[in-house]
Amino acid sequence: MSKHILKLLMILVICGGASSCVQVREYQKNKLNDAEMTLSNRKVEKNELNFQSYREAASGANAGKTGGGCGCN
Amino acid sequence: MLCRINAYAQTERPDSSRNTFSLYQPVSTTDSTGYQTKPLRVDEVNLVSSYYLQDGNHSAVTGGIGTEHVTDLSNGINVKMIWTGPGQHKNTLDAGLGFDNHTSASQAYVNKSGASSPSGTRIYPSLDWTSENEKKGTSFGLGTYVSSEYNYKSLGADLHFSFKTPNKMGEFGAKFQGYFDQVTMIYPSELVPGNTTVTTGGVTIVTTASGRTSSLSSGSRGYKESIPTSPRNTYSGSFSYSQIINSRLQIMLLADVVTQNGYLGLPFHRVYFNTGKDTIEHLPSTRFKLPVGIRANYFLGDRIIIRTYYRYYTDDWGTHANTVNLEVPVKISPFFSIAPFYRYYDQTAAKYFAPYEGHLATDTYYTSNYEYAQFHSNFFGAGIRLSPPKGVAGWQSLHELELRYGHYQQTTGLVSDVISLSLGFK
Repeated sequence: MSKHILKLLMILVICGGASSCVQVREYQKNKLNDAEMTLSNRKVEKNELNFQSYREAASGANAGKTGGGCGCN
Repeated sequence: MLCRINAYAQTERPDSSRNTFSLYQPVSTTDSTGYQTKPLRVDEVNLVSSYYLQDGNHSAVTGGIGTEHVTDLSNGINVKMIWTGPGQHKNTLDAGLGFDNHTSASQAYVNKSGASSPSGTRIYPSLDWTSENEKKGTSFGLGTYVSSEYNYKSLGADLHFSFKTPNKMGEFGAKFQGYFDQVTMIYPSELVPGNTTVTTGGVTIVTTASGRTSSLSSGSRGYKESIPTSPRNTYSGSFSYSQIINSRLQIMLLADVVTQNGYLGLPFHRVYFNTGKDTIEHLPSTRFKLPVGIRANYFLGDRIIIRTYYRYYTDDWGTHANTVNLEVPVKISPFFSIAPFYRYYDQTAAKYFAPYEGHLATDTYYTSNYEYAQFHSNFFGAGIRLSPPKGVAGWQSLHELELRYGHYQQTTGLVSDVISLSLGFK
């Protein structure tokens, strides 16, 4: 099931990226430059991501840390 | 009108228009090549505080049964300093310091009578330097990280770089990290090895019934006491590629390749075999993880942003996991937004997991840590973000405030709540 989702997503990204990229000038980037549009985690999410990585087996692929800290408790 | 205000709020203004507090007054100088250099100044200070409250009934300390009640108060500060060096390279130095204070009901049961300390602290400083050539669209940096708590020490370092595509529409980033941890070998009280005395190479080591070791070197005057530790090393390569699709949509592909070796369990996690006998969790000494993800952010109309994230994860312990995250910030005004969010997560069990009294004594590896169980979880809540041009509550330096609450529930019965506050000063 998850393999199918992954394949579907990859196909969507490749097709979407290849067919619809348009040159965006600097003056057209006011929406892309909005603070809410950043392609990263919010600063306020930092500790949420920590506890998720300790309570769940999966971690990574979110531009965060990939090791360090115990989370023993 | 709203669009115009919005556009003004989103337009990067020159540094000179910002009311900054500087280490010292920035004075630009021009070098022999005609480039302007700017001295070091504090660009931004961020404070993040969180309170975390958790409950459940599958503690690994007590073999997959027993309370998982945890509270954690976390505080962190990051100071970002910038300067421009020769050749117009923009340098950023990010210094961070975090401090956590937790209580954990299960931690008290490292001693079978419940007499161990249920609280602890963790301190974790970090330092990251990045040099960016804005003209070429390239950057290079180094980082280091330390984490220290009573039973666990971690030292990390990384090297990272990025470059933009010629049309500045795409950016590739890579980060190579290494973490060198030491796990302190604190055993459950009933499983602590008895007193032993070993003499090797002129050093006498006495291990007491509490697990503490004392060593005496020939010629030295006194004993040096320590609890033994075991190493755990983590090496990872993190890769990202971001692409602007159009003036409203941008995406990022992410992938990590992570390998671990050393002591990957924890010495105070109990496992009860189906015979009723207990022992210490035992896991392989290597692990390979492969998470891949995608982010896509879309600006819908003038007020709504759709932030999405999906990750697929697999490792060689048999766990496969999916994570889907959706957040929809709604701009009530250009400087105030409300962002409800929902996260769904599911995972299959690791092949070494079994619940309380589920393992056979003949198993090679065994754990009853529910982190490795099969479950799915839901996490939902909302955040608010304030960034008025004259500062939050009229305080010019406080340029941004974020407050966020989330409720988390696993199908294992674990539930938690987390509330976080982030303050950004310029």
